[in-house]
Amino acid sequence: MSELKQIRRMALTGDEAVAYAAKQADVDVIAAYPITPQTIIVERLSRYVADGELNAAFIQAESEHSAISICLGAALAGARTFTSTASQGLALMHEILHIASSMRAPIVMAIANRALNSPLNIHCDHSDVMNARDTGWIHLFANNVQEAYDLTLMAFKIAENPEILLPVSVNLDGFILTHSVEPLEVLSDEEVQQYIPHIPYPYRIDFDRPLAYGVMALPDTYMEFRRQFYEVIMKAPPVFRKASESFSKISGRVYDMVTPYFVEDAEIIVIALGSTVETLRYVARKLRGRNVKIGVAGLTMYRPFPEKEIANILANAKCVAVMDRAYSYGGVGGPLYTDVLSTLYKNGIRTMTADFVYGLGGRDFKLTDAEELFNKLVRSVEIGAFDQDIYWWGVRE
Amino acid sequence: MTEIDVNKIVKGEFSWKTLPPAAMIKVLTSLEYKTGTWRIEKPIIDQSKCTRCLLCWIYCPDMAVKRIDGGNVEIDYEFCKGCGICAEVCPPKAIKMVEE
Repeated sequence: MSELKQIRRMALTGDEAVAYAAKQADVDVIAAYPITPQTIIVERLSRYVADGELNAAFIQAESEHSAISICLGAALAGARTFTSTASQGLALMHEILHIASSMRAPIVMAIANRALNSPLNIHCDHSDVMNARDTGWIHLFANNVQEAYDLTLMAFKIAENPEILLPVSVNLDGFILTHSVEPLEVLSDEEVQQYIPHIPYPYRIDFDRPLAYGVMALPDTYMEFRRQFYEVIMKAPPVFRKASESFSKISGRVYDMVTPYFVEDAEIIVIALGSTVETLRYVARKLRGRNVKIGVAGLTMYRPFPEKEIANILANAKCVAVMDRAYSYGGVGGPLYTDVLSTLYKNGIRTMTADFVYGLGGRDFKLTDAEELFNKLVRSVEIGAFDQDIYWWGVRE
Repeated sequence: MTEIDVNKIVKGEFSWKTLPPAAMIKVLTSLEYKTGTWRIEKPIIDQSKCTRCLLCWIYCPDMAVKRIDGGNVEIDYEFCKGCGICAEVCPPKAIKMVEE
């Protein structure tokens, strides 16, 4: 007779779920500066530390720049390190983000995705993380609270893999996920410890074996270090797969870099990040009932970009719509759109494609919006072309 | 972890594949760093003109001028960076800077 596994169910907000995961990961150092909508994450963690439930150094820094700098030092000293930020806070961290990845510091950071000023806005969009797109971090995106919890645990597994040793961000949509209570299944502390045991950081600061950190490399060596980094981050996909495989064994939940939904025979495929993926899936399922051949591809990993997986999914689509919750102003489209366009072109796929910029500053993307979008796509396929390449979806004209 | 001799990096004897991750490199002392490879011009001492005043020995910022038996001086080319201070301070102009 198979052993019955006890399911632990909780009702938590996204922020609380991330904090709970970080606590179960038994982090050693948390350095952070409060910013909406992530504040609850570090509030919870500070409470865990104060109540003696988590044995960690909780360092309240004087800015995000300092917070991430403290994390960098802590990670190099061999501590399991966690931080969390959003929006302007992530922007303030920016220079250290590059340094943390290049110095191979396996920091895990939750980003409660929020719009950038100005005008001042505290609500969800992806402008903050898209600014950090090219910093050499691995960027994961959660669709719901369960995923925010799971991906936080997986982030430690991925970051600390000796093959890569890279920082990982776990993105959860501000307010939509950070402040919404959802039921989720959590692992036991023992299961988490078995999944992500503390392993020594191989290059940790050690007085008996001194190493130089953050050295200068001039024109005769700098490029070789960058070439090395180019290789290292491309090792992340197999590391992700391994982390996902062992996670599925204890949790029963499976994560792919890209999660396809009804894409096999889909004529129209919509690509998106974050909580919108669930909205799109819900409506796609409904429209499937009316025989609309529509599919959704949600990216769990945005960097490194799962190019081959995306190319395979899109190979036979008649129409590809990209959902961008950020924009590259003055560029050829939103960040996800330009990635998808490049993927299509590089892989010889020619299909009608358009960018749908939506949800900036927390503008709701409701089920009715998703349905309207799908109708637009169906009409465009009937006509055989889009009437624009960049749509500002839901903007008041 | 990859151990690579810093001096090999300085000489350009490396590829991106052999570099340690993130340039986390074994720390060497100044004795182990062979800074002589930085040089563009090398000092040559004309021992017949040298008066053994030792000004070059005093002024050399890298202690690359060594006193040898008989009161003579010689240049330690493993460390001399070719700055030319010795040639500049030499009263009888016994030291010439010659292109490498």
